[in-house]
Amino acid sequence: MPISLADVHRIAHLARIEIDAGQAEEVRAKLDAIFGMINELAAVDTQGVTPMAHAQDVMLPLRDDKVTESDHRSLYQRAAPAVEGGLYLVPKVLE
Amino acid sequence: MIGAPIAELGAAFRAKRLSSVELTQRLLDRIARLNPVLNAFISVDPDRALADAKAADAAIAAGAGGPLTGIPVAHKDILATAAMRTTCGSRMLANYTSPYDAHVVEGLARAGTVLVGKTNMDEFAMGSSSETSHFGPVRNPWNPQYVPGGSSGGSAAAVAARLVPGGTGTDTGGSIRQPAALSGICGLKPTYGICSRYGLVAFASSLDQAGPFAQTAQDVALLLNAMAGHDPRDSTSLDRPAEDYTRMLRQDGGARPLAGVTVGLPREYFGAGIDPDVAKAIDAALAELRTLGARTVDITLPNAKLSVPVYYVIAPAEASSNLSRFDGVRYGHRAAKYDDLADMYSKSRAEGFGAEVKRRILVGTYVLSHGYYDAYYLKAQQVRHLIADDFRRAYRTCDIIIGPTAPTAAFPIGAKTDDPVQMYLNDIFTVAANLVGAPALSIPCGFDRNGLPIGLQIQGDYFTEAKMLDVAHRFQQATDWHRKRPALAADTD
Repeated sequence: MPISLADVHRIAHLARIEIDAGQAEEVRAKLDAIFGMINELAAVDTQGVTPMAHAQDVMLPLRDDKVTESDHRSLYQRAAPAVEGGLYLVPKVLE
Repeated sequence: MIGAPIAELGAAFRAKRLSSVELTQRLLDRIARLNPVLNAFISVDPDRALADAKAADAAIAAGAGGPLTGIPVAHKDILATAAMRTTCGSRMLANYTSPYDAHVVEGLARAGTVLVGKTNMDEFAMGSSSETSHFGPVRNPWNPQYVPGGSSGGSAAAVAARLVPGGTGTDTGGSIRQPAALSGICGLKPTYGICSRYGLVAFASSLDQAGPFAQTAQDVALLLNAMAGHDPRDSTSLDRPAEDYTRMLRQDGGARPLAGVTVGLPREYFGAGIDPDVAKAIDAALAELRTLGARTVDITLPNAKLSVPVYYVIAPAEASSNLSRFDGVRYGHRAAKYDDLADMYSKSRAEGFGAEVKRRILVGTYVLSHGYYDAYYLKAQQVRHLIADDFRRAYRTCDIIIGPTAPTAAFPIGAKTDDPVQMYLNDIFTVAANLVGAPALSIPCGFDRNGLPIGLQIQGDYFTEAKMLDVAHRFQQATDWHRKRPALAADTD
């Protein structure tokens, strides 16, 4: 199924990436070419094949239920565009 | 001898024929002269490098150094460093400095290496040519009109141009091996889980793996020794006994050091689409390996051709999730003008990411979106299993698998930037190792009609890095492709 302009706008919204009207057709054409390649997979018989999520067949390790981290808030917030009183500042979401 | 391999530089330090400060200063001078041509580095910190070098010289004088003490290295700019910014080649992180070092950065620092700088790359490691960086394209030291490969093209170009003797890269679909091949050096992607991903800015978490670049297999082994090891900060880091990856290299192999090694030749890697010069170079390398005692057998990887479509579902899906963290709130670029919170996200991401990164996020968002998950993501994970089964079957009849790293040598800058699918097909021989999680290495084995390097890919089963490096090392003892250097590095003898 070809990628439509409506698809481009739908996924751009889901991905929170603004795409202006002037770029949309070029984005659509390139995505369409990529999906043309990806769609080769549809013809492969995978009935009964277990999906492979991970290279190594190991259980993810569990750690002890103990506090191991110290407070790095001010260090980590140094990289933020806007902070105040230890909080990240964003535009108002509630009136 | 400033262009010598790591092992020789280390020996010169210990014999007091060269100091790390002297070497580092001369390499910094070369970087200042050549980086405007190659654009291999995004950040260089001469003061810090010389301070590291001075400390290394003191350690060596006290008899305390190891094989990497005083060796200048460069890290791909996707590996977090507290001392220098980590940009991922993106406008999004152009001014970002990490609060901590990546595990592999720590490991190489602990081993006494000198951090010279951070290298240029395709934005967020998404590319095969190092052209998508916010900081401009990297150029191939063998011919600056050509790409060095990607995404770790800055590190590959820096090592090839003898600006540093070793460096790091990351490999999600071939991003260490393909630039190693196109730049004429060695590069290894280890088994998934050998090098902790802590501090490696995530692109596709189930595929990403850091690894070393160097001139020789022996140097790659030395660097891997310092990069590998269990790290509880990465839940996918494997807890295995420490390995010395140089152990097999030190044995005397005699005249036929590869006797007993069976090399599998996948029919699918020697078919149509391979440049004739590449095919010729690979055939000559195979003849050399047979002379060294190896036996070759034909094998088949029937699902390998599906690696690229599988990869371009799984990697973008994981990327769309990983890169959702870049929202202009906690770090990275924030748009100057916006209406509300949602608009701030959309504009910050539209401005902060380049075209290829956006394209992959959109592909990933699509394949994970409601109603499409089974047809794309689940399907790809199933085919991934079939590909892994192909390799499992192949290793019943051979020890390693050999073929070309890439179907062609380097291509001119700009040649494939308008056609993402053509660009993706560069990864045809490299992506399977990432999907399977197995180790793979590229070493130089010749040149094409334009004088551009060709890479030989050595793939192995899980945890067989030492064996693969041994095969590469024996090949390099019998040949001199790894000693060839580009004209602009002729002054480094």
